Amino acid sequence: MMRDRLIFAGQLLFTLLVAAFLIVPAALSMLAGVTANYFRGISSGFTLQWIVQVWDLYADTIGRSFLIAGATLVVTLFIGIPAAYALHVRGGRMARAIEEIITLPLAIPGLAIALALLLTYNGFSDFRRSWLFILAGHVVFTLPFMVRSVMAIFSAIDVKTLDESASSLGASPLRRFLDVIVPNARPGILAGSLMVVTLSLGEFNLTWMLHTPLTKTLPVGLADSYASMRLEVASAYTLVFFVMIIPLLIAMQMFASWGEAGGARK
Amino acid sequence: MRLKTFVWLCLLPLTLVVLAFFVLPMVRLMLVGGSGPQGLAAYATILTEPRYRATLINTVVLAAATTIVSLVVATIAGLFLQRTRFPGRSVLVAMLTFPLAFPGVVVGFMIILLAGRQGLIGDLTLRVFGDKLVFAYTIQGLFLGYLYFSIPRVILTIMAAVEKLDPSLEEAARALGAGPWAVHRDVILPALGPAFVASGAIAFATAMGAFGTAFTLATNIDVLPMLIYTEFTLSANIAIAAALSVGLGLVAWAVLALARSFGGGSVAAAG
Repeated sequence: MMRDRLIFAGQLLFTLLVAAFLIVPAALSMLAGVTANYFRGISSGFTLQWIVQVWDLYADTIGRSFLIAGATLVVTLFIGIPAAYALHVRGGRMARAIEEIITLPLAIPGLAIALALLLTYNGFSDFRRSWLFILAGHVVFTLPFMVRSVMAIFSAIDVKTLDESASSLGASPLRRFLDVIVPNARPGILAGSLMVVTLSLGEFNLTWMLHTPLTKTLPVGLADSYASMRLEVASAYTLVFFVMIIPLLIAMQMFASWGEAGGARK
Repeated sequence: MRLKTFVWLCLLPLTLVVLAFFVLPMVRLMLVGGSGPQGLAAYATILTEPRYRATLINTVVLAAATTIVSLVVATIAGLFLQRTRFPGRSVLVAMLTFPLAFPGVVVGFMIILLAGRQGLIGDLTLRVFGDKLVFAYTIQGLFLGYLYFSIPRVILTIMAAVEKLDPSLEEAARALGAGPWAVHRDVILPALGPAFVASGAIAFATAMGAFGTAFTLATNIDVLPMLIYTEFTLSANIAIAAALSVGLGLVAWAVLALARSFGGGSVAAAG
């Protein structure tokens, strides 16, 4: 039918326009990062000089972002997995209250949390000046993703039966946790880990308030370059950031579709 | 070791970390908010002081506009993407959700590339109309930035909700003689109601508290997060900054909690 086809074309065009609004600037920034002179366009030729300049100026921020993301992951794994297990096993009103409290940082703007941390720890100047201060903020912000992701697996795989059968074989709670619970929670742990690393690498709202000139991370450096560098350098720096997070995003998408496939088989 | 003891030990590290780096700091923030020369009245200045009130109104209007436009855009695109199958569809979905992981500052930079001095829109308008349109650092630019980060979030929620719709309801409506518009108006859109509330609340709360995008673009625009930032760093008005950020946190939290009580579990899944 003619009318149906018109409606289809209209909707497709609209959706394509929305996608263009989202993707065109990202593509432009990737292009600008390797263009000799963006103002003159790609006819000015391609170059890696801006990437080299970004490396010279900001290599430390890239290294520090990886360090903080890695440390955030270790801490959230170490405190998040046992907590998810405890909250699942215990259940009840208290578990729900704790879950509610640890998910609050998702609702409260990062700026408010950062101010709260600054007001509380301003007196501890060594801690305040080190990257560990940023780590504390990132842990608070990413922890709910790890805990929820692991808890979701626990409710899907019937942990209690697994736990009880291991217990009837005489295993101690710690052995059961390490040998039975954690291996079975692996998909949730992996999904949570990807989320935690991606969020930590891109975190700005907290980090901007918590950083010092000696503890700049990549997004802090980005803000700095957007305000003070030429467009090509800012674009090259953004390109570096995209190269860092795109593999993580793809891994997350693949992982989500595995999850769907697994769910369909059940 | 008994299971009960072990479970408590499992909770201990999390409890300590959350107490030290979240609960105590938030309590401190609330106390500092009431500790300035005005005392607890600092919490009311957001409404009594004209400059703060204007900023609050500005921010609420901007966040509400972002929410409404995101919902409309995401509903049209989300319904289309979930209901039709065509080659390239999954690529299109990936493109629409890809910006989810962008920090606010990068979103700001995307708007600079679109509407800044060397931006695409300026370039096109110069060629077509002979006049360069530059608006990255105005409220329109900021609005575009807020749309940029909220559209992907809302689309995901709407698509998930469309997938769960019961097709037999539409078939029944059609069998009873309802045309496509009537089916949308009376069946599909009401059924998506909870998803609208849930994703609208997330879009509104995120837009109210967005700092990164505002930091890049709103050098001359008063929005609440920028006001808090300048009060804290430039004016050293620490009690006011604390009171304002407690207010901002409460609004964001309340909007999400309200939406959750409406929409059941859907917010939790999307949040």
